[in-house]
Amino acid sequence: MSIEKIVMPKLGESVNEGTITTWLVKVGEHVNEYDPIAEVMTDKVNAEIPSSYTGTIKEIIVQEGETIEVDELICYIETDKDETTEESNSAKEKSDIGEAVVETTNEVSMSHRYSPAVLSLSQQHGIHLDDVTGTGIGGRITRKDIQKYIQHRKSSVTEGTTQTEERTSKPVVQPQATQNYEEGYELTGVRKAIADKMVLSTTEIPHAWMTVEVDVTNLVKYRNSVKQSFKDREGFNLTYFPFFIYAVAQALQAYPILNSTWQRKKIVQHRDVNISIAVANENELYVPVIQNADEKTVKGLAKSVQELANKAKTNQLTQNDMTNGTFTVNNTGTFGSVSSMGIINHPQVAILQVESIVKRPVIIDDMFAARDIVNLSLSLDHRVLDGLVAGRFLQHVKQTLESIDENTSLI
Amino acid sequence: MTELNYIQAITLAMEEEMTRDENVFVVGEDVGIKGGVFRATDGLYDKFGEDRVIDAPLAESAIVGVGVGAAMYGMRPIAEIQFADFIFPAVNQIISEAAKIRYRSNNDWNCPITIRAPFGGGVSGALYHSQSVEAIFNSTPGLKVVVPSSPRDARGLLKAAIRDNDPVLFFEHKRAYRLLKENIPTEEDEVIPIGKAAIKREGEDVTVITYGINVSITEKIATKLEKEGVSVHLLDLRTIYPLDQEAIIEAAKKTGKVLLITEDNKEGSIIGEVSAIIAEYCLFDLDAPVKRLAAPDVPTMPYAQPLEREFLVTEDKIEEEIKQLVRF
Repeated sequence: MSIEKIVMPKLGESVNEGTITTWLVKVGEHVNEYDPIAEVMTDKVNAEIPSSYTGTIKEIIVQEGETIEVDELICYIETDKDETTEESNSAKEKSDIGEAVVETTNEVSMSHRYSPAVLSLSQQHGIHLDDVTGTGIGGRITRKDIQKYIQHRKSSVTEGTTQTEERTSKPVVQPQATQNYEEGYELTGVRKAIADKMVLSTTEIPHAWMTVEVDVTNLVKYRNSVKQSFKDREGFNLTYFPFFIYAVAQALQAYPILNSTWQRKKIVQHRDVNISIAVANENELYVPVIQNADEKTVKGLAKSVQELANKAKTNQLTQNDMTNGTFTVNNTGTFGSVSSMGIINHPQVAILQVESIVKRPVIIDDMFAARDIVNLSLSLDHRVLDGLVAGRFLQHVKQTLESIDENTSLI
Repeated sequence: MTELNYIQAITLAMEEEMTRDENVFVVGEDVGIKGGVFRATDGLYDKFGEDRVIDAPLAESAIVGVGVGAAMYGMRPIAEIQFADFIFPAVNQIISEAAKIRYRSNNDWNCPITIRAPFGGGVSGALYHSQSVEAIFNSTPGLKVVVPSSPRDARGLLKAAIRDNDPVLFFEHKRAYRLLKENIPTEEDEVIPIGKAAIKREGEDVTVITYGINVSITEKIATKLEKEGVSVHLLDLRTIYPLDQEAIIEAAKKTGKVLLITEDNKEGSIIGEVSAIIAEYCLFDLDAPVKRLAAPDVPTMPYAQPLEREFLVTEDKIEEEIKQLVRF
């Protein structure tokens, strides 16, 4: 048994309202489905309103003579509790449940169904889609949801961490995969900075490459001989890297054109020799700068490298540590590389890759000898530099390195 | 500025062009003394005489055929087909002759004819007075098919059609004739370029791309939905062949949810082509399946009013489709 509504039916295409002229039933009276319950007059026709249900009239809402709009309530009827109604009711319930089930299944499936727009936006902005709440059908994440999420994130990021912004603006030499999802989106700024920078460098700069082999047998001997005493005295390891920076800084003084930057139609040659070096922490690679490297001894350079590396590891690098680089030395040998083609750190005009030092048989005076050999790979901006000057520069670096031995006192 | 309805704008455009260029003339059934069954050529016979406003026999093939010949000879005919439903006897002239003359003659000849035809339903017109026939011509390079959606566009685009050096089919929705009124800058000689779609409304939630009378209907729905917080981006194709691909791509990318509307039967209609363009160029910007709202694939618009309403794209249907896309 249930109470149902009977409304003013639509009695013609252009009929929007009607007047109840006579009620044919009284409250409490029993009617069958399709029995006329009232007479109605419209400006087109006079007609009878049939009952939509079998049951008892409970309440009459609209009085005789009243004009009401189509679909407005005219009376309540209590339907009979007979089998057909029950059946149809339960059928209705069933179908309701059915729909509900369908709806839930939808929800489960749609929350992980991503449209191309959602996928591309989330990838572009490094959004982990599990973090976004979907407001579409079945919990589907809509493009608008993503846009809102980005908007929200932007505002919270600008409020919160200036560190993030700082990182974003840092020039980064080489991309390295990110592992930590919690930091995922912060790193995206850095990743974007890397990407932009790399694209700028590779699309704008016509790169050329050149590699020389340097015999550093004597340097290795020398370094090994002072290694322990250096550590005892200074408290950190003496690596080969400062020696290479030293040699580069010397060569840059001899060939200052390599110590310049490209600034739109203008080449600016710098007086200061500021060497950018690649330093890694857990997830990123930074290029902090050793200022006035040409004025430093190997020991001074070693100290600078050590300081900058520590700062990078503890996230303490400041913008000041990162600016004014005029030439980059990249220690690819750390990874065991023996040959690589560096991408120039824009707007600088060259980058030197210091590869692994490996023992190799070489022929000296027609005799085989085991020597410590290192490859130095130079990438140069061919707009600014030509092979000639680049070659001479590399020769200078090579000679400096090969002349370092036990007799030099650089430490 | 003058307030004109759709058909007055068309009459004005013809009158202005006939005054401007004496090569322009009108040919069609009842266009002369009677002034056209819809009164589109009202007053032109009196003003320009029987040589330039020619009453033709009931022979569409001849109306267009005469037009094609005159156009090749240097005239600028406006051929009126009384109802688009009756254009079929002239289709051979249009597709095999008018559309191909320039190409066939290696650019020696061209055919600057404008063919006007009232089309569309919702006027209890039944079989012979309700059809949308544009899809017949939408795959024929050499033709341009224009369907203006407002009085101002009707005037500007008809002027462009008459001045165009190639055949233009100009379809006027007959329900628009006296329904749509607009202030038109009649003091200006406004020519609206063929081939350019128009953004009628900027919005963020759903992009609707349509043409003809459904533009004004959608505008009405969009205004209503705006109060409910739904913003609709509306693109009026204006020229449906060749399509303004750039505008379509831009509009689709704007919201990523696209509803395409035509009064034509769904399968094979021009919005299927619009959908293909979106699929080709906008995949990574789509946030929902591209939806098409069109007439069912039944042979003709029924006469009975409830069935006619069922067949037609109505305000309710548009509103429902937009809402569904918003929710998706």
